[in-house]
Amino acid sequence: MSTAEREALREVGVARPRKDAQEKLQGKAQYIGDIEMAGMLHGAVLRSPHAHALIRSVDYTRALELDGVVAVLTGADLSDIEPYYGHAIKDRPIIAIDRVLFAGEPVAAVAAVDVPTAEAALRLINVDYEPLPTLDTLDKALAEDAPRLHTRRPKVGLFHGLGEMGEARGNICYEHHLGAGDVPATRADAAITVEGEYLFPAVYQYAMETHATTAHFHGDGVTLWANCQHPFLVQAEIADLFGFEKGAVRIVVPYLGGGFGSKSYTKMEPLTVALARKAGRPVRIVNAVSESMVTSRRHGMRCWMRTTARADGTLLTREVRFWMDTGAYADNGPRVTATAADAAPGPYRFEAASVEGYCVYCNTPPSGSYRAFGATHMQWIGEAQIDEVARRAGLDPVVMRANNLCLPGQPVRPDGTGKPLDADLIGDVEKAAAGVGWGEAKRPWVGRGVSVGLLAAGAHPVSRASVRLNSDGSADVYVGTTELGQGARTVMAQIAAEEIGTSSDNIRVHGADTRFTPYDRSTGASRSTTIAGLGVQRAAANVAARLRETAGELWDVDAELVELTDGEARFAEESISFPDLIAKRFGFRGGEIIEGGEVRPTGGDTGSYAEGPFFWEVCVAAVEAEIDPETGVITVLRTSTVADVGKAINPQLVERQDDGAMMQGIGNALFEEMHFDDGVLVNDSLLEYRVPRVPDLPRQMTSIIVENADGPGPWGAKGCGEGALAAIPAALACAVADAGVPMHELPLTPERVWRRIQELKRQQTEKESHDE
Amino acid sequence: MDIRLTVNGREVIETVEPHVLLLDFLRERLDLKGAKRSCDVQVCGTCTVLVDNMPVSACTYLAVDADGRDVMTIEGFAEQPEFTLFEQAFTRHAAVQCGYCTGGILLTLKSLRDAGELRTEDDIRHGLDSNVCRCTGYRAILEAARELIR
Repeated sequence: MSTAEREALREVGVARPRKDAQEKLQGKAQYIGDIEMAGMLHGAVLRSPHAHALIRSVDYTRALELDGVVAVLTGADLSDIEPYYGHAIKDRPIIAIDRVLFAGEPVAAVAAVDVPTAEAALRLINVDYEPLPTLDTLDKALAEDAPRLHTRRPKVGLFHGLGEMGEARGNICYEHHLGAGDVPATRADAAITVEGEYLFPAVYQYAMETHATTAHFHGDGVTLWANCQHPFLVQAEIADLFGFEKGAVRIVVPYLGGGFGSKSYTKMEPLTVALARKAGRPVRIVNAVSESMVTSRRHGMRCWMRTTARADGTLLTREVRFWMDTGAYADNGPRVTATAADAAPGPYRFEAASVEGYCVYCNTPPSGSYRAFGATHMQWIGEAQIDEVARRAGLDPVVMRANNLCLPGQPVRPDGTGKPLDADLIGDVEKAAAGVGWGEAKRPWVGRGVSVGLLAAGAHPVSRASVRLNSDGSADVYVGTTELGQGARTVMAQIAAEEIGTSSDNIRVHGADTRFTPYDRSTGASRSTTIAGLGVQRAAANVAARLRETAGELWDVDAELVELTDGEARFAEESISFPDLIAKRFGFRGGEIIEGGEVRPTGGDTGSYAEGPFFWEVCVAAVEAEIDPETGVITVLRTSTVADVGKAINPQLVERQDDGAMMQGIGNALFEEMHFDDGVLVNDSLLEYRVPRVPDLPRQMTSIIVENADGPGPWGAKGCGEGALAAIPAALACAVADAGVPMHELPLTPERVWRRIQELKRQQTEKESHDE
Repeated sequence: MDIRLTVNGREVIETVEPHVLLLDFLRERLDLKGAKRSCDVQVCGTCTVLVDNMPVSACTYLAVDADGRDVMTIEGFAEQPEFTLFEQAFTRHAAVQCGYCTGGILLTLKSLRDAGELRTEDDIRHGLDSNVCRCTGYRAILEAARELIR
């Protein structure tokens, strides 16, 4: 009997305790900075104080004379390799060559016997810069006469996913267009038009652990201990940069102290490898927070949007143009732009739509992935306009959405390409709204908002996994998923245990080591449970098939009739434990059953983001908030988030993901913002960059799990953990507008809200005097 | 400078430069890696250790200032009988995710509890304002901490 036929699931759907809890609680879990190796040197990085400058010379003679300094690396050391990398566009040198394009760009790196020596050596390096005009804003970078920051013809990266790359225009490194229908003709029928310009700030992912890498050259190649989310993509880029075969590059990933996208793709690894190559000894580089803040961040964005509808609130058109500040190098900007374009229309049945997204080079630190990218940028804008349409049509926001949302099976993209809708969004919105007391009486300055959106998720659906059932009945799962806090090791154990018919207590899930772990595309895009988990499920199913086969031979019955449960094979009155069964298979108490599982795209795959996604992650939440009109301070009273996950493999961990995403959403909406002065990050520490703390918690939080088994993953699962971050800022901005203060710029700081209240009062007074 | 202190119940006598931070002393000299470096400015609490049962940020506390004092890190707390209660509560509520901030949070709660200042919900909320966690959104941590009220 297969697990699908077994009536009750034993492991899946159960709040099993985290497998890493004890190790982490006792302080024994190891992160990169905790792992020492013999002969290891410590690296420190000299970073540019200028956002745009030519480097006339770098003199490190005095640094090399310092006791304990082993090597100094500069751009001049890279002449024997093609030193440009970038998974989307190969536009970034490992270390600055002749010029710097952002404040914080590595210009030199020192390897020394300890960190204080390496840092002291940095102060002895003399760099002669010739500062150039800084394109530190989108406006400056997009100006007609702006100099081009990148003049080399763009070379696509190993994982560009961009389809056809057009000729670069000015400082636009990538553009994404989508749409359908005749927008001007359809708009002519509109009775309601809502139009506006909006700003989303640059924000920092703020994982508690900074970027860290140890690199060790040896006879076989290079080994990296790196806190990367995508070890196999880093492996490929390092092999490509330094001229290794893939197998010669080994990436070992221990626990990560959070990621949220900041550690996706290649970050500090090439620089660490280059420094270790120069030093001839293992080197570790651990960023300070101020350094990690200029290593990855979320794109700041400017957006213009127009939504039209008939008088009864039936949506007609949406037009969107937006510009993403990707910083000095593309990093994941093209993907973020494409995903934002996908999110821009919202999951509504528009008759016509057009979206233009531009990814723009600026002299600011590079922007990459951050949880729910694109969707977080867009949802608060689209939903603000939906609410404004509803207000003018005299519709309740929930009714407005129910009238216009896509239905399951309908196309999400306006042009009908890609995956159709795989969720019951109307049901989700109604549940979220109920969670904040929708329809109850409100005090003045209290508002409620609900928001709904979709995030193109899954990235490329390529994952392999293997499951090894040892002769004692214990099992090991090898899967490339990085454990960065989400609980992947626990969930993977539950999936394997369910499929094999044993307890997850008997299963160990290992961190990625590219030498032994089968390929997994990445840990991101909410893909681990859904896609890597499917690989684990298939590998475990193959192990189970071997067990049934052996028992079938033993009892001379059809293998399909053998049931696996509680660590035993059973048929009729017969039963045998897994260890005894494996001993029967091999004729002694040894051997093992080891099987693989594979997930790959069905149909063609050109690697273009225009295809897919593997599934749509649902972003639905509701918020009740109160504004203090005297100060502009917003208090979040109630939140509800909906995790529409198809099947919750571990419901407790699903809720925990939504808790974390919800709180990051409050940070993004209310106070997180990176400030730049002439391209230089000025609030580069936790003293000045404000993240949510305990007092910022909403008064009441409701977390709702929806399980319609409509996902492509194991038991109908689909990814979670990002949606709430897109949905909460949107619901919060809608709630603030409902309380009377529509906002066009995040974060909703007290000053910004207070100024908007004064502006609205002034407009009101002017209108009244005009009316008189 | 020579310093003599107790770390996790064991006497330690070492010579340190006056500028060495307690965090580096614990991590590098004593190989106690449970206290984590993060913000470096005494805000996030990942480096929290107890000095004479008071939580301090080891990132901004000099090793020489610990001379003659009693220091406890998460490794030491984990050996104590009462730790089981904390471990069970945090495991039951899945109040640990990436784990980087967790040691600091457990030590902060232990210090409050030992001082008789973990009596109410307000005590928990006020006490944990000194620790940043980016993963959990705090809700699970508060739920676990409620089980530790006394």
